[in-house]
Amino acid sequence: MRARAVSIPLTLLLVLVALGFLFPALWFLLSSFKPGSELFSLPLSLFPRTWTLSGYETAWTRFDFWRYFYNTGLVAVITTALTVIVSALTGYAFAKFRSWWLRAFFLCILATTMLPTEVIMPSTFAIIRDLGLYNTLAGIIVPSIITATGIFMFRQYFRTIPDELLEAARIDGASEFRIFTRIMFPLARPIAVTLAIFSVQWRWNDYIWPLIVLNDPNRYTLQLALRSIVGADNINWSVLLSASVISLIPMVILFAVFQRYIMNADINSGLKD
Amino acid sequence: MAETTTAAAPSGTTAMRRRTRPGQTLVPLLFIAIAFVLFCVFFVGPGALGLYYSFTDYRGVGSPRWVGLDNYQRLFADEQFYAVLGRTLTYTVLSVPVHVVVALGIALLLTSAATRFQTVARVIFFIPWLISPIVAGVIWRWLFGENFGLINYLFTVVNLPTQRWETDGNLSLLVLILAGTWGGTAFNMLLFIAALKNIPKSYLEAAEIDGATSSQRFFRIVLPLLRPTMFLVVLLGTLGAMKEFALVQALNGGGPGTQNMFMVQYIYRTGFERAQIGYASAVSMVLMGILVVIAIIQMRFDRREDLA
Repeated sequence: MRARAVSIPLTLLLVLVALGFLFPALWFLLSSFKPGSELFSLPLSLFPRTWTLSGYETAWTRFDFWRYFYNTGLVAVITTALTVIVSALTGYAFAKFRSWWLRAFFLCILATTMLPTEVIMPSTFAIIRDLGLYNTLAGIIVPSIITATGIFMFRQYFRTIPDELLEAARIDGASEFRIFTRIMFPLARPIAVTLAIFSVQWRWNDYIWPLIVLNDPNRYTLQLALRSIVGADNINWSVLLSASVISLIPMVILFAVFQRYIMNADINSGLKD
Repeated sequence: MAETTTAAAPSGTTAMRRRTRPGQTLVPLLFIAIAFVLFCVFFVGPGALGLYYSFTDYRGVGSPRWVGLDNYQRLFADEQFYAVLGRTLTYTVLSVPVHVVVALGIALLLTSAATRFQTVARVIFFIPWLISPIVAGVIWRWLFGENFGLINYLFTVVNLPTQRWETDGNLSLLVLILAGTWGGTAFNMLLFIAALKNIPKSYLEAAEIDGATSSQRFFRIVLPLLRPTMFLVVLLGTLGAMKEFALVQALNGGGPGTQNMFMVQYIYRTGFERAQIGYASAVSMVLMGILVVIAIIQMRFDRREDLA
């Protein structure tokens, strides 16, 4: 391909838009290092005049962050593991077996992206309660396991694997389950990793399920804890800013480590949950 | 659907052979068993129960009493319901085009051969994706605080009147649209970038040789080829906007007052805070109905081949 000339106006536009996107987060991050007295004192300055971690210290002592991190992390990790396994199993069945009920069920699964159940909150709540899952972390984990996106990703991937491989393994006498665990699932490892990253992000940032299911502040996830600060009549901004920044740290690490997977994720389906 | 043709054509013989194998029904059944149970319990279950509750006066305790269409009659006579529905639709209609234009514009800039700093810019555009809707709400609330926010401060610096970002319903909605766009762009941008990279370079080069201007190339070649992605972004954006909740909770709580209360928040408020489960279920059913209609309309426009 011919090298094209760099267009200065277009590059400038890109830089300006990027700065526009960066700025809200930057202003918020820098503000979190200001002492409480400086947050509202005019003139406002971009950089703190005195850098301090006092907001963080207050946030850390006032709130039981370890507990929220533990709750959120536990939910994210367990749900993600289960999501990957269930999505792989289901996507594999959709890709490699044919029958009318599999097709029907596949359409049902796709419909879940269009019609989110969390919208029917009252009856979802009643079901959670009647299953004895109210106010338990399991109550957030179990309903979040199936995602149409995950199933769809695995289905698309397994369809690209030739049927001959499957037939050969069958002729060699491998059981169907063994074919899946020893041949098919290992082949789909890139999909598993991508889905796992997305799933951790969904679960870490999820708000509506924890809101429906959890009542006891000791079981709160980070998002609920943050919401309890922002929902107060008098928002303690100093604490809120630092608490929010703390809640982002695991996601930033996730992104830094798996950047390549996230940005190159071949998303042609609704990767959104 | 195209499903049947693709299924039959390439693998006709394997399908024949498979049918004769024993256990061909049982095996896939086992593979989908967990997903099927979860689907029934957490998707069909709440749906069916919600429909039932919508015909009762259930208040969370005791047993539900059948009241027929009472909830729906009340609902359609309820001014607040119309206000909430209208506000949700307004938000959707205003925010979806902004989402599409911003995401497509950024995707074009990031895939253009004429811009620099693409890698850094891409990472920056991705930052909001990491941030939860709750924190995103906090970030924008902090920026647009009426008495303390940076934006109003900057307005005073350049001698402009400060704006009522929190106490004026429309300005508050504007901030919400900005925040929603900021948060949703990364994902839509990825979809557009993937689609743009799939456009064969030869098409554009051929058009260029034939003397097509860059705007002609964009409107005549790129945009039509982006059609499937465009529909996907619009569909997901519409559904997402119709059920916006967490961002609003953190940004303005549906305020000022209840001016920016959207459907999901209304369901939450009536169902949980006032324990009118029957009534809230009726609202849920109406919302579901609207989402179904939106999905069907959009699917008619766009027959997604990748589903086959």
